[in-house]
Amino acid sequence: MDHTQLITQLYRSEFAKMVAVTGRLLGLQHIDVAEDIVSDTFLIAAEKWSDNSVPPNPEAWLYTVARNKTQDFLRRHNVFTGKIAPALKTENTAITDEDPFTDHAIRDSQLRMLFAVCHPAIAVEAQIALALRILCGLTVDEIAVAFFTNKETITKRLYRAKAKLNETGLSLEMPSDRTLPERMEGVLHIIYLLFNEGYRSSAGDSVLRKDLCLEALRLGILLTKYPATDLPATNALIALMCFHASRFDARDDTALYDDQDETLWDSELIKLGTYYLHLSAKGDKITRYHLEAAIARWHCTREDSHEKWDGILQLYNQLLQINYSPRIALNRTYAYYKVYGNDAALAEALKLKMESDHFYHALLGELYKTVNKARSKEHFQQALALARSEADRKIILIKLQNL
Amino acid sequence: MKEFMLAFRHAVESTPTEEQIAGMMKDWDNWIGGIAAQGKLAPGGKRLAQGGKVLSTSGIITDGPYVELKEQLSGFIMVTASGMDEAVTLAHGCPILMVGGNVEIRQIA
Repeated sequence: MDHTQLITQLYRSEFAKMVAVTGRLLGLQHIDVAEDIVSDTFLIAAEKWSDNSVPPNPEAWLYTVARNKTQDFLRRHNVFTGKIAPALKTENTAITDEDPFTDHAIRDSQLRMLFAVCHPAIAVEAQIALALRILCGLTVDEIAVAFFTNKETITKRLYRAKAKLNETGLSLEMPSDRTLPERMEGVLHIIYLLFNEGYRSSAGDSVLRKDLCLEALRLGILLTKYPATDLPATNALIALMCFHASRFDARDDTALYDDQDETLWDSELIKLGTYYLHLSAKGDKITRYHLEAAIARWHCTREDSHEKWDGILQLYNQLLQINYSPRIALNRTYAYYKVYGNDAALAEALKLKMESDHFYHALLGELYKTVNKARSKEHFQQALALARSEADRKIILIKLQNL
Repeated sequence: MKEFMLAFRHAVESTPTEEQIAGMMKDWDNWIGGIAAQGKLAPGGKRLAQGGKVLSTSGIITDGPYVELKEQLSGFIMVTASGMDEAVTLAHGCPILMVGGNVEIRQIA
Protein backbone atom coordinates (compact mmCIF):
# COMPACT_ATOMS: atom_id res chain seq x y z
CA MET A 1 0.00 0.00 0.00
CA ASP A 2 1.44 3.40 -0.84
CA HIS A 3 1.30 6.26 1.63
CA THR A 4 -1.69 8.02 0.08
CA GLN A 5 -3.77 4.85 0.29
CA LEU A 6 -2.62 4.47 3.88
CA ILE A 7 -3.69 8.01 4.71
CA THR A 8 -7.10 7.47 3.10
CA GLN A 9 -7.55 4.31 5.10
CA LEU A 10 -6.44 5.96 8.34
CA TYR A 11 -8.77 8.87 7.67
CA ARG A 12 -11.65 6.40 7.43
CA SER A 13 -10.73 4.51 10.58
CA GLU A 14 -9.30 7.26 12.81
CA PHE A 15 -10.86 10.60 11.89
CA ALA A 16 -13.99 10.20 14.02
CA LYS A 17 -12.05 8.79 16.97
CA MET A 18 -9.57 11.66 16.84
CA VAL A 19 -12.34 14.26 16.68
CA ALA A 20 -14.04 12.63 19.67
CA VAL A 21 -10.86 12.63 21.75
CA THR A 22 -9.84 16.14 20.68
CA GLY A 23 -13.37 17.41 21.11
CA ARG A 24 -13.46 16.07 24.62
CA LEU A 25 -10.26 17.92 25.49
CA LEU A 26 -11.49 21.16 23.94
CA GLY A 27 -15.10 20.99 25.02
CA LEU A 28 -18.16 20.78 22.84
CA GLN A 29 -18.22 24.51 22.05
CA HIS A 30 -14.95 24.02 20.14
CA ILE A 31 -16.06 21.04 18.10
CA ASP A 32 -15.25 23.02 14.92
CA VAL A 33 -11.70 23.50 16.11
CA ALA A 34 -11.43 19.81 16.92
CA GLU A 35 -12.48 18.99 13.36
CA ASP A 36 -10.00 21.51 11.94
CA ILE A 37 -7.18 20.18 14.06
CA VAL A 38 -7.79 16.62 12.96
CA SER A 39 -8.16 17.65 9.30
CA ASP A 40 -4.90 19.63 9.56
CA THR A 41 -3.20 16.64 11.08
CA PHE A 42 -4.09 14.56 8.04
CA LEU A 43 -2.90 17.36 5.74
CA ILE A 44 0.45 17.41 7.53
CA ALA A 45 0.68 13.63 7.21
CA ALA A 46 -0.02 13.97 3.48
CA GLU A 47 2.80 16.50 3.17
CA LYS A 48 5.39 14.82 5.35
CA TRP A 49 4.90 11.18 4.65
CA SER A 50 6.26 9.61 1.54
CA ASP A 51 6.38 6.03 0.39
CA ASN A 52 9.76 5.58 2.09
CA SER A 53 9.12 7.55 5.23
CA VAL A 54 5.88 6.48 6.83
CA PRO A 55 6.31 6.57 10.62
CA PRO A 56 6.61 3.13 12.21
CA ASN A 57 3.35 3.61 14.07
CA PRO A 58 1.24 5.90 11.86
CA GLU A 59 -1.81 5.99 14.16
CA ALA A 60 0.28 7.05 17.14
CA TRP A 61 1.95 9.69 14.97
CA LEU A 62 -1.44 11.13 14.03
CA TYR A 63 -2.70 11.13 17.60
CA THR A 64 0.45 12.81 18.86
CA VAL A 65 0.32 15.56 16.25
CA ALA A 66 -3.36 16.13 16.96
CA ARG A 67 -2.74 16.24 20.67
CA ASN A 68 0.10 18.74 20.35
CA LYS A 69 -2.04 20.95 18.16
CA THR A 70 -4.81 20.69 20.72
CA GLN A 71 -2.49 21.77 23.49
CA ASP A 72 -1.27 24.70 21.40
CA PHE A 73 -4.80 25.80 20.85
CA LEU A 74 -5.63 25.53 24.52
CA ARG A 75 -2.57 27.57 25.46
CA ARG A 76 -3.37 30.27 22.92
CA HIS A 77 -6.97 30.53 23.92
CA ASN A 78 -6.34 30.16 27.56
CA VAL A 79 -9.31 27.97 28.02
CA PHE A 80 -7.63 25.80 30.58
CA THR A 81 -10.11 24.53 33.05
CA GLY A 82 -9.20 23.07 36.37
CA LYS A 83 -9.76 19.70 34.81
CA ILE A 84 -7.67 20.01 31.67
CA ALA A 85 -4.68 21.93 32.94
CA PRO A 86 -3.42 19.47 35.57
CA ALA A 87 -3.92 16.57 33.22
CA LEU A 88 -1.86 18.19 30.48
CA LYS A 89 0.95 19.23 32.78
CA THR A 90 1.76 15.67 33.66
CA GLU A 91 1.71 14.46 30.10
CA ASN A 92 4.68 14.17 27.83
CA THR A 93 4.15 16.47 24.89
CA ALA A 94 6.96 15.13 22.73
CA ILE A 95 6.07 13.15 19.64
CA THR A 96 6.49 9.50 20.45
CA ASP A 97 5.58 6.34 18.67
CA GLU A 98 3.43 5.19 21.53
CA ASP A 99 -0.33 5.36 21.38
CA PRO A 100 -1.13 8.39 23.54
CA PHE A 101 -4.69 7.35 24.17
CA THR A 102 -5.99 4.04 25.33
CA ASP A 103 -8.72 2.28 23.37
CA HIS A 104 -10.94 2.60 26.38
CA ALA A 105 -10.54 6.39 26.58
CA ILE A 106 -11.25 6.75 22.86
CA ARG A 107 -14.40 4.65 23.15
CA ASP A 108 -15.52 6.66 26.13
CA SER A 109 -15.08 9.94 24.24
CA GLN A 110 -16.98 8.59 21.26
CA LEU A 111 -19.86 7.48 23.44
CA ARG A 112 -20.11 10.95 25.00
CA MET A 113 -19.94 12.52 21.56
CA LEU A 114 -22.72 10.21 20.38
CA PHE A 115 -25.01 11.43 23.14
CA ALA A 116 -24.13 15.07 22.48
CA VAL A 117 -24.83 14.75 18.74
CA CYS A 118 -28.11 12.92 19.32
CA HIS A 119 -29.49 15.67 21.53
CA PRO A 120 -33.21 16.38 21.12
CA ALA A 121 -32.49 20.14 20.90
CA ILE A 122 -31.01 19.54 17.43
CA ALA A 123 -33.28 18.81 14.47
CA VAL A 124 -33.23 15.15 13.46
CA GLU A 125 -31.87 15.83 9.97
CA ALA A 126 -29.06 17.89 11.47
CA GLN A 127 -28.35 15.18 14.03
CA ILE A 128 -27.85 12.73 11.19
CA ALA A 129 -25.58 15.08 9.26
CA LEU A 130 -23.60 15.81 12.41
CA ALA A 131 -23.32 12.13 13.26
CA LEU A 132 -22.06 11.37 9.75
CA ARG A 133 -19.45 14.11 10.01
CA ILE A 134 -18.32 13.86 13.64
CA LEU A 135 -19.00 10.24 14.50
CA CYS A 136 -18.49 8.51 11.18
CA GLY A 137 -15.88 10.83 9.67
CA LEU A 138 -17.64 11.27 6.33
CA THR A 139 -16.65 14.30 4.30
CA VAL A 140 -19.20 17.01 3.56
CA ASP A 141 -19.22 15.84 -0.08
CA GLU A 142 -20.03 12.29 0.94
CA ILE A 143 -22.82 13.43 3.23
CA ALA A 144 -24.26 15.50 0.38
CA VAL A 145 -24.25 12.39 -1.81
CA ALA A 146 -25.90 10.32 0.91
CA PHE A 147 -28.65 12.94 1.28
CA PHE A 148 -29.03 13.54 -2.49
CA THR A 149 -28.32 17.21 -1.93
CA ASN A 150 -25.51 19.67 -2.47
CA LYS A 151 -22.49 20.58 -0.41
CA GLU A 152 -23.84 24.02 0.57
CA THR A 153 -27.00 22.57 2.09
CA ILE A 154 -25.00 20.17 4.21
CA THR A 155 -22.49 22.83 5.24
CA LYS A 156 -25.35 25.05 6.37
CA ARG A 157 -27.06 22.21 8.18
CA LEU A 158 -23.85 21.32 10.01
CA TYR A 159 -23.24 24.95 10.87
CA ARG A 160 -26.70 25.34 12.37
CA ALA A 161 -26.37 22.09 14.30
CA LYS A 162 -23.06 23.17 15.80
CA ALA A 163 -24.47 26.59 16.65
CA LYS A 164 -27.28 24.78 18.45
CA LEU A 165 -24.74 22.69 20.36
CA ASN A 166 -23.10 25.93 21.50
CA GLU A 167 -26.30 27.77 22.22
CA THR A 168 -27.79 25.06 24.42
CA GLY A 169 -24.54 24.85 26.35
CA LEU A 170 -24.41 21.10 26.02
CA SER A 171 -21.49 19.35 27.59
CA LEU A 172 -19.84 16.03 26.94
CA GLU A 173 -21.08 14.64 30.20
CA MET A 174 -23.06 11.43 30.01
CA PRO A 175 -26.79 11.95 30.67
CA SER A 176 -27.91 11.31 34.23
CA ASP A 177 -29.51 7.99 35.16
CA ARG A 178 -32.85 9.75 35.20
CA THR A 179 -32.65 11.07 31.64
CA LEU A 180 -30.69 8.16 30.17
CA PRO A 181 -33.66 5.97 29.10
CA GLU A 182 -35.22 8.80 27.10
CA ARG A 183 -31.88 9.88 25.60
CA MET A 184 -31.15 6.27 24.65
CA GLU A 185 -34.35 6.20 22.61
CA GLY A 186 -33.07 9.19 20.66
CA VAL A 187 -29.62 7.69 20.19
CA LEU A 188 -30.97 4.35 18.95
CA HIS A 189 -33.36 6.15 16.62
CA ILE A 190 -30.55 8.18 15.06
CA ILE A 191 -28.35 5.11 14.65
CA TYR A 192 -31.22 3.35 12.90
CA LEU A 193 -31.82 6.36 10.64
CA LEU A 194 -28.10 6.44 9.80
CA PHE A 195 -28.31 2.78 8.88
CA ASN A 196 -31.39 3.33 6.75
CA GLU A 197 -29.77 6.26 5.03
CA GLY A 198 -27.26 3.75 3.73
CA TYR A 199 -29.56 0.79 3.31
CA ARG A 200 -32.78 2.14 1.88
CA SER A 201 -31.67 4.61 -0.71
CA SER A 202 -31.44 2.94 -4.06
CA ALA A 203 -29.33 5.56 -5.77
CA GLY A 204 -25.79 6.67 -5.13
CA ASP A 205 -22.48 5.02 -4.52
CA SER A 206 -23.00 1.51 -3.16
CA VAL A 207 -19.59 1.37 -1.45
CA LEU A 208 -20.37 4.56 0.42
CA ARG A 209 -23.82 3.30 1.33
CA LYS A 210 -22.43 0.06 2.70
CA ASP A 211 -19.88 2.05 4.69
CA LEU A 212 -22.72 4.02 6.23
CA CYS A 213 -24.46 0.83 7.30
CA LEU A 214 -21.29 -0.52 8.88
CA GLU A 215 -20.67 2.78 10.69
CA ALA A 216 -24.17 2.63 12.17
CA LEU A 217 -23.49 -0.96 13.22
CA ARG A 218 -20.21 0.12 14.83
CA LEU A 219 -21.96 2.85 16.84
CA GLY A 220 -24.54 0.32 18.01
CA ILE A 221 -21.83 -2.07 19.16
CA LEU A 222 -20.05 0.82 20.90
CA LEU A 223 -23.15 1.21 23.09
CA THR A 224 -22.89 -2.41 24.23
CA LYS A 225 -19.48 -1.76 25.78
CA TYR A 226 -21.06 0.08 28.71
CA PRO A 227 -23.58 -1.49 31.09
CA ALA A 228 -25.79 1.63 31.20
CA THR A 229 -26.26 1.66 27.42
CA ASP A 230 -26.10 -2.09 26.80
CA LEU A 231 -29.90 -2.40 26.85
CA PRO A 232 -32.10 -5.11 25.31
CA ALA A 233 -33.22 -2.51 22.75
CA THR A 234 -29.58 -1.79 21.84
CA ASN A 235 -28.93 -5.45 21.14
CA ALA A 236 -32.18 -5.77 19.23
CA LEU A 237 -31.21 -2.83 17.01
CA ILE A 238 -27.78 -4.36 16.33
CA ALA A 239 -29.43 -7.68 15.45
CA LEU A 240 -31.79 -5.86 13.10
CA MET A 241 -28.94 -4.03 11.37
CA CYS A 242 -26.92 -7.27 11.03
CA PHE A 243 -29.84 -9.09 9.39
CA HIS A 244 -30.49 -6.24 6.97
CA ALA A 245 -26.80 -5.77 6.22
CA SER A 246 -26.41 -9.50 5.54
CA ARG A 247 -28.58 -9.03 2.48
CA PHE A 248 -26.96 -5.84 1.30
CA ASP A 249 -25.15 -7.43 -1.65
CA ALA A 250 -28.17 -9.51 -2.62
CA ARG A 251 -30.58 -6.62 -2.95
CA ASP A 252 -31.81 -6.32 -6.44
CA ASP A 253 -33.04 -2.84 -7.24
CA THR A 254 -35.53 -4.27 -9.65
CA ALA A 255 -37.23 -6.53 -7.10
CA LEU A 256 -40.27 -5.10 -5.34
CA TYR A 257 -40.32 -7.73 -2.64
CA ASP A 258 -37.84 -10.33 -1.68
CA ASP A 259 -36.77 -11.87 -4.97
CA GLN A 260 -33.14 -12.07 -3.98
CA ASP A 261 -30.16 -14.17 -4.84
CA GLU A 262 -29.69 -16.00 -1.55
CA THR A 263 -26.15 -17.08 -2.33
CA LEU A 264 -25.10 -13.48 -1.85
CA TRP A 265 -26.34 -13.36 1.73
CA ASP A 266 -23.60 -12.84 4.26
CA SER A 267 -23.89 -15.79 6.65
CA GLU A 268 -21.42 -14.28 9.13
CA LEU A 269 -23.65 -11.26 9.61
CA ILE A 270 -26.68 -13.51 9.99
CA LYS A 271 -24.84 -15.40 12.75
CA LEU A 272 -23.83 -12.16 14.42
CA GLY A 273 -27.42 -10.91 14.21
CA THR A 274 -28.72 -14.12 15.79
CA TYR A 275 -26.18 -13.71 18.59
CA TYR A 276 -27.36 -10.17 19.34
CA LEU A 277 -31.01 -11.17 18.99
CA HIS A 278 -30.47 -13.71 21.79
CA LEU A 279 -28.82 -11.04 23.91
CA SER A 280 -31.80 -8.73 23.31
CA ALA A 281 -34.27 -11.24 24.80
CA LYS A 282 -34.16 -9.75 28.29
CA GLY A 283 -36.37 -7.49 30.33
CA ASP A 284 -40.11 -7.06 29.93
CA LYS A 285 -40.32 -4.54 27.13
CA ILE A 286 -40.67 -5.50 23.48
CA THR A 287 -39.46 -2.60 21.40
CA ARG A 288 -39.94 -1.92 17.71
CA TYR A 289 -36.33 -3.05 17.23
CA HIS A 290 -37.10 -6.47 18.73
CA LEU A 291 -40.03 -6.93 16.38
CA GLU A 292 -38.24 -5.59 13.32
CA ALA A 293 -35.20 -7.76 14.10
CA ALA A 294 -37.42 -10.83 14.37
CA ILE A 295 -39.03 -9.95 11.02
CA ALA A 296 -35.63 -9.42 9.42
CA ARG A 297 -34.50 -12.77 10.86
CA TRP A 298 -37.41 -14.48 9.09
CA HIS A 299 -36.41 -12.81 5.85
CA CYS A 300 -33.00 -14.43 6.24
CA THR A 301 -34.53 -17.91 6.06
CA ARG A 302 -34.58 -19.46 2.63
CA GLU A 303 -37.82 -21.44 2.46
CA ASP A 304 -40.99 -19.58 1.62
CA SER A 305 -43.05 -21.52 4.16
CA HIS A 306 -46.47 -20.84 5.65
CA GLU A 307 -44.81 -20.79 9.08
CA LYS A 308 -42.44 -18.06 7.95
CA TRP A 309 -45.12 -15.73 6.62
CA ASP A 310 -47.46 -16.43 9.50
CA GLY A 311 -44.61 -15.51 11.86
CA ILE A 312 -43.90 -12.35 9.90
CA LEU A 313 -47.59 -11.38 9.85
CA GLN A 314 -47.97 -11.72 13.62
CA LEU A 315 -44.83 -9.65 14.15
CA TYR A 316 -46.14 -6.94 11.83
CA ASN A 317 -49.47 -7.00 13.68
CA GLN A 318 -47.63 -6.30 16.92
CA LEU A 319 -45.27 -3.78 15.37
CA LEU A 320 -48.17 -1.74 13.98
CA GLN A 321 -49.66 -1.51 17.45
CA ILE A 322 -46.58 0.21 18.85
CA ASN A 323 -45.19 1.91 15.75
CA TYR A 324 -47.56 2.64 12.86
CA SER A 325 -46.16 3.71 9.52
CA PRO A 326 -47.72 3.45 6.06
CA ARG A 327 -44.78 1.33 4.89
CA ILE A 328 -45.24 -1.17 7.73
CA ALA A 329 -48.99 -1.28 7.02
CA LEU A 330 -48.24 -2.23 3.39
CA ASN A 331 -45.67 -4.84 4.39
CA ARG A 332 -48.18 -6.29 6.81
CA THR A 333 -50.74 -6.55 4.04
CA TYR A 334 -48.23 -8.32 1.82
CA ALA A 335 -47.58 -10.83 4.64
CA TYR A 336 -51.36 -11.20 5.00
CA TYR A 337 -51.54 -12.09 1.32
CA LYS A 338 -48.81 -14.71 1.72
CA VAL A 339 -50.75 -16.33 4.58
CA TYR A 340 -54.41 -15.90 3.61
CA GLY A 341 -54.26 -15.43 -0.16
CA ASN A 342 -55.44 -12.84 -2.68
CA ASP A 343 -59.07 -12.28 -1.74
CA ALA A 344 -58.56 -11.87 2.00
CA ALA A 345 -55.55 -9.62 1.44
CA LEU A 346 -57.42 -7.49 -1.10
CA ALA A 347 -60.12 -6.82 1.50
CA GLU A 348 -57.43 -5.77 3.98
CA ALA A 349 -55.59 -3.68 1.39
CA LEU A 350 -58.65 -1.77 0.25
CA LYS A 351 -59.27 -0.61 3.83
CA LEU A 352 -55.92 1.20 3.82
CA LYS A 353 -57.01 3.82 1.26
CA MET A 354 -53.53 5.19 0.66
CA GLU A 355 -54.48 6.55 -2.74
CA SER A 356 -51.50 8.85 -3.16
CA ASP A 357 -48.88 6.24 -2.28
CA HIS A 358 -47.23 4.50 -5.23
CA PHE A 359 -46.29 1.47 -3.09
CA TYR A 360 -49.97 1.07 -2.25
CA HIS A 361 -50.91 0.92 -5.91
CA ALA A 362 -48.01 -1.42 -6.64
CA LEU A 363 -49.29 -3.73 -3.91
CA LEU A 364 -52.86 -3.59 -5.30
CA GLY A 365 -51.44 -4.28 -8.75
CA GLU A 366 -49.74 -7.34 -7.32
CA LEU A 367 -52.86 -8.54 -5.49
CA TYR A 368 -55.14 -8.10 -8.53
CA LYS A 369 -52.66 -9.80 -10.84
CA THR A 370 -54.30 -13.24 -10.83
CA VAL A 371 -57.91 -12.15 -10.17
CA ASN A 372 -58.37 -9.09 -12.38
CA LYS A 373 -55.72 -8.29 -14.99
CA ALA A 374 -57.29 -4.98 -16.02
CA ARG A 375 -57.46 -3.70 -12.45
CA SER A 376 -53.94 -4.88 -11.86
CA LYS A 377 -52.72 -2.91 -14.87
CA GLU A 378 -54.63 0.17 -13.74
CA HIS A 379 -52.98 0.13 -10.34
CA PHE A 380 -49.50 -0.46 -11.70
CA GLN A 381 -50.04 2.50 -14.05
CA GLN A 382 -51.15 4.66 -11.17
CA ALA A 383 -48.09 3.54 -9.22
CA LEU A 384 -45.93 4.48 -12.18
CA ALA A 385 -47.47 7.95 -12.33
CA LEU A 386 -46.99 8.51 -8.60
CA ALA A 387 -43.48 7.05 -8.23
CA ARG A 388 -40.89 9.64 -7.36
CA SER A 389 -37.60 7.93 -8.06
CA GLU A 390 -36.22 6.49 -11.27
CA ALA A 391 -35.44 3.21 -9.48
CA ASP A 392 -39.06 2.82 -8.35
CA ARG A 393 -40.34 3.58 -11.87
CA LYS A 394 -38.00 0.94 -13.25
CA ILE A 395 -39.39 -1.73 -10.92
CA ILE A 396 -42.98 -0.86 -11.74
CA LEU A 397 -42.30 -0.84 -15.49
CA ILE A 398 -40.94 -4.37 -15.24
CA LYS A 399 -44.07 -5.41 -13.35
CA LEU A 400 -46.23 -3.88 -16.09
CA GLN A 401 -44.29 -5.61 -18.84
CA ASN A 402 -44.57 -8.97 -17.10
CA LEU A 403 -48.32 -8.65 -16.69
CA MET B 1 -60.98 12.40 14.18
CA LYS B 2 -62.88 11.24 17.26
CA GLU B 3 -61.90 8.59 19.71
CA PHE B 4 -63.99 5.52 20.41
CA MET B 5 -63.82 2.60 22.77
CA LEU B 6 -64.65 -0.83 21.40
CA ALA B 7 -65.52 -3.00 24.40
CA PHE B 8 -65.80 -6.75 24.01
CA ARG B 9 -68.33 -8.70 26.00
CA HIS B 10 -69.23 -12.32 26.02
CA ALA B 11 -71.70 -14.45 27.95
CA VAL B 12 -70.39 -15.75 31.24
CA GLU B 13 -71.48 -19.32 30.41
CA SER B 14 -69.31 -19.35 27.31
CA THR B 15 -66.20 -18.10 29.05
CA PRO B 16 -63.39 -19.64 27.01
CA THR B 17 -60.58 -21.62 28.60
CA GLU B 18 -57.03 -20.27 28.56
CA GLU B 19 -56.21 -22.73 25.76
CA GLN B 20 -59.13 -21.53 23.69
CA ILE B 21 -58.01 -17.96 24.28
CA ALA B 22 -54.48 -18.82 23.19
CA GLY B 23 -55.91 -20.41 20.06
CA MET B 24 -57.84 -17.27 19.29
CA MET B 25 -54.92 -14.92 19.86
CA LYS B 26 -53.96 -15.03 16.21
CA ASP B 27 -57.48 -13.93 15.19
CA TRP B 28 -57.30 -11.08 17.67
CA ASP B 29 -53.82 -10.06 16.50
CA ASN B 30 -54.96 -10.10 12.87
CA TRP B 31 -58.04 -8.08 13.65
CA ILE B 32 -56.27 -5.49 15.78
CA GLY B 33 -53.35 -5.50 13.32
CA GLY B 34 -55.84 -4.67 10.56
CA ILE B 35 -57.11 -1.65 12.49
CA ALA B 36 -53.55 -0.59 13.32
CA ALA B 37 -52.64 -0.92 9.63
CA GLN B 38 -55.25 1.73 8.88
CA GLY B 39 -53.51 3.94 11.43
CA LYS B 40 -56.69 3.95 13.51
CA LEU B 41 -55.62 2.17 16.66
CA ALA B 42 -55.28 4.56 19.60
CA PRO B 43 -53.20 3.73 22.65
CA GLY B 44 -54.73 2.48 25.88
CA GLY B 45 -56.50 -0.78 25.04
CA LYS B 46 -56.34 -3.61 27.57
CA ARG B 47 -57.19 -7.24 27.91
CA LEU B 48 -58.94 -7.98 31.16
CA ALA B 49 -58.42 -11.06 33.33
CA GLN B 50 -61.46 -13.24 33.81
CA GLY B 51 -63.65 -12.83 36.87
CA GLY B 52 -63.64 -9.95 39.29
CA LYS B 53 -65.87 -8.32 41.88
CA VAL B 54 -68.72 -5.85 41.75
CA LEU B 55 -69.29 -3.34 44.51
CA SER B 56 -72.83 -1.96 44.62
CA THR B 57 -74.42 0.97 46.42
CA SER B 58 -75.50 -1.11 49.36
CA GLY B 59 -71.88 -2.05 49.89
CA ILE B 60 -72.49 -5.63 48.82
CA ILE B 61 -69.64 -7.22 46.99
CA THR B 62 -70.58 -9.95 44.56
CA ASP B 63 -68.65 -12.10 42.15
CA GLY B 64 -68.57 -10.41 38.89
CA PRO B 65 -68.07 -8.56 36.80
CA TYR B 66 -71.49 -9.20 35.37
CA VAL B 67 -74.02 -6.78 34.12
CA GLU B 68 -77.67 -7.81 34.06
CA LEU B 69 -77.31 -10.08 31.05
CA LYS B 70 -74.66 -12.24 32.66
CA GLU B 71 -72.05 -10.98 30.31
CA GLN B 72 -68.56 -10.08 31.22
CA LEU B 73 -66.23 -7.51 29.78
CA SER B 74 -63.15 -9.23 28.37
CA GLY B 75 -61.22 -6.26 27.09
CA PHE B 76 -61.34 -3.11 25.05
CA ILE B 77 -59.35 -1.18 22.50
CA MET B 78 -59.31 2.48 21.61
CA VAL B 79 -59.64 3.55 18.00
CA THR B 80 -59.84 6.78 16.09
CA ALA B 81 -62.59 7.20 13.53
CA SER B 82 -64.34 10.03 11.71
CA GLY B 83 -67.64 9.10 13.35
CA MET B 84 -69.80 6.34 14.77
CA ASP B 85 -70.36 4.72 11.37
CA GLU B 86 -66.67 4.26 10.76
CA ALA B 87 -66.11 3.02 14.33
CA VAL B 88 -68.79 0.39 13.76
CA THR B 89 -67.12 -0.61 10.49
CA LEU B 90 -63.86 -1.08 12.36
CA ALA B 91 -65.62 -3.32 14.88
CA HIS B 92 -66.65 -5.74 12.11
CA GLY B 93 -64.56 -8.87 12.06
CA CYS B 94 -63.88 -8.75 15.79
CA PRO B 95 -63.18 -12.32 16.93
CA ILE B 96 -65.53 -11.95 19.92
CA LEU B 97 -68.37 -12.14 17.40
CA MET B 98 -67.29 -15.67 16.47
CA VAL B 99 -67.99 -16.90 20.00
CA GLY B 100 -71.38 -15.26 20.36
CA GLY B 101 -70.07 -12.16 22.08
CA ASN B 102 -70.63 -8.56 21.13
CA VAL B 103 -68.75 -5.33 20.69
CA GLU B 104 -69.98 -2.17 22.37
CA ILE B 105 -68.91 0.97 20.55
CA ARG B 106 -68.76 4.14 22.60
CA GLN B 107 -67.46 7.55 21.72
CA ILE B 108 -65.11 9.09 24.26
CA ALA B 109 -66.85 12.14 25.72
